[in-house]
Amino acid sequence: MKAKHWIPLALFGVLVSFLSIGLTRDPHELPSPLIDKPAPRFNLPKVAAADQRFAPADLKGQVWMLNVWASWCTACREEHPTLLEFSRTQQVMLVGLDYKDQRADALKFLARQGDPYQFSALDLDGRAGIDWGVYGVPETFVVDKQGVIRYKQVGPMTPEALQGTILPLIEKLKRS
Amino acid sequence: MKRLIAFILFSLLAAACFAKEAVPLAEDPVVEQRLIAISEEMRCLVCQNESLAGSRAELAQDLRRELREQIRAGRSDEEIKQYMVSRYGDFVLYRPPVKPTTWLLWLGPFALLLVALALFVRYLRRAALEEQPS
Repeated sequence: MKAKHWIPLALFGVLVSFLSIGLTRDPHELPSPLIDKPAPRFNLPKVAAADQRFAPADLKGQVWMLNVWASWCTACREEHPTLLEFSRTQQVMLVGLDYKDQRADALKFLARQGDPYQFSALDLDGRAGIDWGVYGVPETFVVDKQGVIRYKQVGPMTPEALQGTILPLIEKLKRS
Repeated sequence: MKRLIAFILFSLLAAACFAKEAVPLAEDPVVEQRLIAISEEMRCLVCQNESLAGSRAELAQDLRRELREQIRAGRSDEEIKQYMVSRYGDFVLYRPPVKPTTWLLWLGPFALLLVALALFVRYLRRAALEEQPS
């Protein structure tokens, strides 16, 4: 058989490999344009204490994590045990952003499921979420000492993502 | 006749099922026109096959509210586009900008067309050669 008869098969192979790589990727995970940009500002009341407020600038100088959650979000229940486990290790400050939620519902959720957060800020109208480019709760951000977003995960936090990506990154950021 | 009456009754029933509280119409039709023009060019992040103009996802409603305010504040289309891109990336745009990372996207089809044309011309030439009586 002549070599050129193999060309269609080779092209087909290329096509199949491209398509099969495409199948393994989640179209919901988008590259965030906020990576390596300063964390967007907000100033919101805390969930547990309405008279206290939180702004990301308060945490300048330390590495911290922002987890966007809500009591109405089912995937948040899925990741909750992982977050509880993580907060016990006290590697880094974990702040919650309670996205488009009611205070009473949020408090009930935390009372029932446990509270992994140092505290949560209440984003009643979802404006802070929009500024942070949130489009699918839960989402998790890692912010460095200079207040720059270094990592974003869309969807539930998993032990694999924590061990494989986030913890090494946090170690690196803490040392810098 | 009976069937006609039954049909009418059933249609009324169907209408009642679909009835919902009226969505408040925009106070300002000019703002709304611009909102539709801008948001039809943008993708909804939640239902990725819908435009921001047509999506009923809650995030899309919030974003339309946000854009409406910006239009009222007198922002230009370009500024509003920047607002969206800085948060969600080029993915929100149905027409991604031409830049080095999207060259393949924009030029790829034309490159493929050129290759196909070249192959086709070569094939025609060869066929013509073979047809010539030697």
